[in-house]
Amino acid sequence: MSVTTKTIALHGGLLVLLFALQFVLPAYHHGNLARIMVLASYAVGYNILFGYTGLLSLGHALFFAAGMYGMSLTIQHLGFSAAPALLAGIAAGVVVSMALALLALRTAGVAFMIVTLMFAQAGYLTILYFGEYTRGDEGFVIQQAQRMLWGIDLSQPTNRYFAALSLFATCLLASLWLIRHPFGKTLVAIRENEERVRMLGYNTFAHKLGAMVISGTISAAAGASYGLLFGYAGASFASVQYSIFPLLWVLLGGAGTVLGPFIGTLFMFYLIDLSSGITTAYMLIAGVVLVLLTLFAPQGLTGELRARIWRWLP
Amino acid sequence: MDLGPYLILASLEGAVTAAVLALTAVGLSLVFGVMRVVNIAHGEFFMLGAVIAWWIAHSMGGHPAIGFAVALVVAPLIVGVIAVLADMTILKRVNYDPERTIVATIGLLYIIQQLTLMTYGPEARPVEAPFNTRLAIPWFEHGENGWQMIWPWGLGTTSYKLAVIGAAAGVLLGVWILMTRTRAGLVMRATQADRDMALAFGIPVEKVYALVFGLGAALAALAAVLIVPIQQAHYLMGADPLLLSFIVVIIGGLGSLPGTVLAAVLIGLSDGIISVFFSPTLAKILATLLVGLVLVFRPQGLFGTRHS
Amino acid sequence: MMLLSTRGLSKHFDGLQAVQDVDFDLPIGQVRALIGPNGAGKTTLVGMICGRIEPSEGRVFFDEVDITALPAHKRIMLGMAYTFQITSVFSRLPAAENVALAARRRLHGDKVDTAVKEALDQVGLLERMDQEAGDLSYGHQRLLEIAMGLVQKPRLLILDEPTQGLADSEITDFKNLIRELAGDTTILLIEHNMNVVMETADQVTVLNFGEVLAEGTPDEIHANAAVQAAYLGTG
Repeated sequence: MSVTTKTIALHGGLLVLLFALQFVLPAYHHGNLARIMVLASYAVGYNILFGYTGLLSLGHALFFAAGMYGMSLTIQHLGFSAAPALLAGIAAGVVVSMALALLALRTAGVAFMIVTLMFAQAGYLTILYFGEYTRGDEGFVIQQAQRMLWGIDLSQPTNRYFAALSLFATCLLASLWLIRHPFGKTLVAIRENEERVRMLGYNTFAHKLGAMVISGTISAAAGASYGLLFGYAGASFASVQYSIFPLLWVLLGGAGTVLGPFIGTLFMFYLIDLSSGITTAYMLIAGVVLVLLTLFAPQGLTGELRARIWRWLP
Repeated sequence: MDLGPYLILASLEGAVTAAVLALTAVGLSLVFGVMRVVNIAHGEFFMLGAVIAWWIAHSMGGHPAIGFAVALVVAPLIVGVIAVLADMTILKRVNYDPERTIVATIGLLYIIQQLTLMTYGPEARPVEAPFNTRLAIPWFEHGENGWQMIWPWGLGTTSYKLAVIGAAAGVLLGVWILMTRTRAGLVMRATQADRDMALAFGIPVEKVYALVFGLGAALAALAAVLIVPIQQAHYLMGADPLLLSFIVVIIGGLGSLPGTVLAAVLIGLSDGIISVFFSPTLAKILATLLVGLVLVFRPQGLFGTRHS
Repeated sequence: MMLLSTRGLSKHFDGLQAVQDVDFDLPIGQVRALIGPNGAGKTTLVGMICGRIEPSEGRVFFDEVDITALPAHKRIMLGMAYTFQITSVFSRLPAAENVALAARRRLHGDKVDTAVKEALDQVGLLERMDQEAGDLSYGHQRLLEIAMGLVQKPRLLILDEPTQGLADSEITDFKNLIRELAGDTTILLIEHNMNVVMETADQVTVLNFGEVLAEGTPDEIHANAAVQAAYLGTG
């Protein structure tokens, strides 16, 4: 089998499996998997910047929240219906990621991490500051009547699962397409050795800008969908924790692999889900996993798989 | 109260904030300066200092001053040892790679914070100050009989707050002497200037790193012990000192001790005064934006000079 | 006609004069060697030519157009190619992808593959195209670096110490390669190996303490007493 055939079979197989699972899963796990697919889409977006371009952002919650609030505030205060609100959320992601990229990409390395962290924190505080509209930490519920997309009720579990799967499939295939495209290959080269890429005649700033906007836009699409599918928008989705989560998922699943974000999100979600039954300090698990990954498996699950067995994995 | 007395009060409160902040930020700055790594768990070392201080004060009987005095010595020591252990088991093993260190210290942050939640619990608990005499401050007002001295209600401070300012200044002086006048300081500065050269001259760089990491954490813990009689101990209290230390270290110029102290005084004082006019949230928004913009446009800090 | 010229080009770092007032002219089609002792400022000069280093003073002209203000990537797009002194390949990517990255600046689709294979063949690395660049021997990485320059079909090829670390047989192949290219491609060659310089260069420029010490044919330079004192004597 050629690499292309194997790639299509593996990723197509995952999507088919996810489609089939909805008919057999018990209600609890059915709901979880819908949530995981939306969060994994967020991780797919994060992976484009971190895994493929090599830029470690600590501020992606800003993009996730831009999508979520771009969607929910237009519904709540401007009376948008779901479809245009979703678009508004995605547009907010484009604008916010473009603005942050233009600033943050003037720095590199540790400074880039701190700059993204600071601007995301400013965004979170801004949501709290305008509590009159956003209802701050408490957040607000998006009513069932407002969650009708082209006549489909997204609050209904089957529809919700299908919508989450559509989003995830779109993001997964987009990222697969991107890294096989010359633009994506250049991003990988920038991750490996930016100066060399520049001296081959590439405008590396423009490439990194593109990567950050694509990454931010996918994250915003995930944020907007999350709000729409689960009927809630709250400031906690803009907090530092939600910038750390995609980093954690991608590191666990394998940075710079197409499947990594999904695998990492799936594992981490159930790890936290199980431990929160035992203790309220469930973030302890996240901390331990972060440290262990940094120490022993910086390539993550899929990365180790690629290094040891399937060298062709994209 | 008039604006005048109010500003004096705000400056006094600001001076306490500045003193504690300077200690915490110097710890962060030392670690960044010598080891070239950013320690995201720094705020948790601060929190641990406060929680351990409560634990010591709580388990010791007698006059509150005894428990406090013991905490002042023991809490920074325990936290310092924890940090040295973290350095040896985690940071050393990722080779002090800047990005991996940040990720690892984020993990450390959650581990420390959540373990505290599991053992100490979610409550905020006070520690009694060793002494706490109220000191009123006079104000001059132009009244019917010309200028006269009045004692506005609420304008005052406590002997403890003044002691915090003094103690912090003393410790900072000690750190400065350590860095500039002792052999240990020389070794640290040599490691900071050129790690490979220091190795070549037989300086045990790994030991220096472990000790600097421990010292940085101990300074944060000491700051927390000083503040815990004013502000209660809570498992989430590390976030604000972390953010403020970042602001101070970045504005003061990464790794520069005098710049860090100057920035701490500036931020501490303005924090008190700004919060008179703005809501605390707005003040924080402005502060975080400032840090981001300084890093983008003046990476050498506001007071630093650019090296080409 | 001059393909490349510099006028009064200087660079100082913190008071240290790395390159001083260099006027340099390279006509189209010439193979020019740039030699000089270690620390003479060769890499700094070339860095200013291709835009990696900002000059303190002076101007750079390519095709008689002032390019001093252009960023590096735009200069490369005008037809310069630069190979690094310190091997700077993408070590975790296959050899072919390394060359393809260079090729994609001017080609698309299937033409990329053809050009990549051609360039790898020219340096004798065709059988190793699927290996990760980091797994190649040091000498092969140097050759890969050259292939990345060749595939750009540049009008000016700047090679920074290309033969450093190559085996004798590889150096012979390299000399043949330069002779093949000579005429079509203008080449600026920083080189320590005098044997390579003597056999490939049309003209030689000697740099010493950041200044041009001498310029002439390889034979003239070989006979130049000042050059021998500054450079050859120390080698």
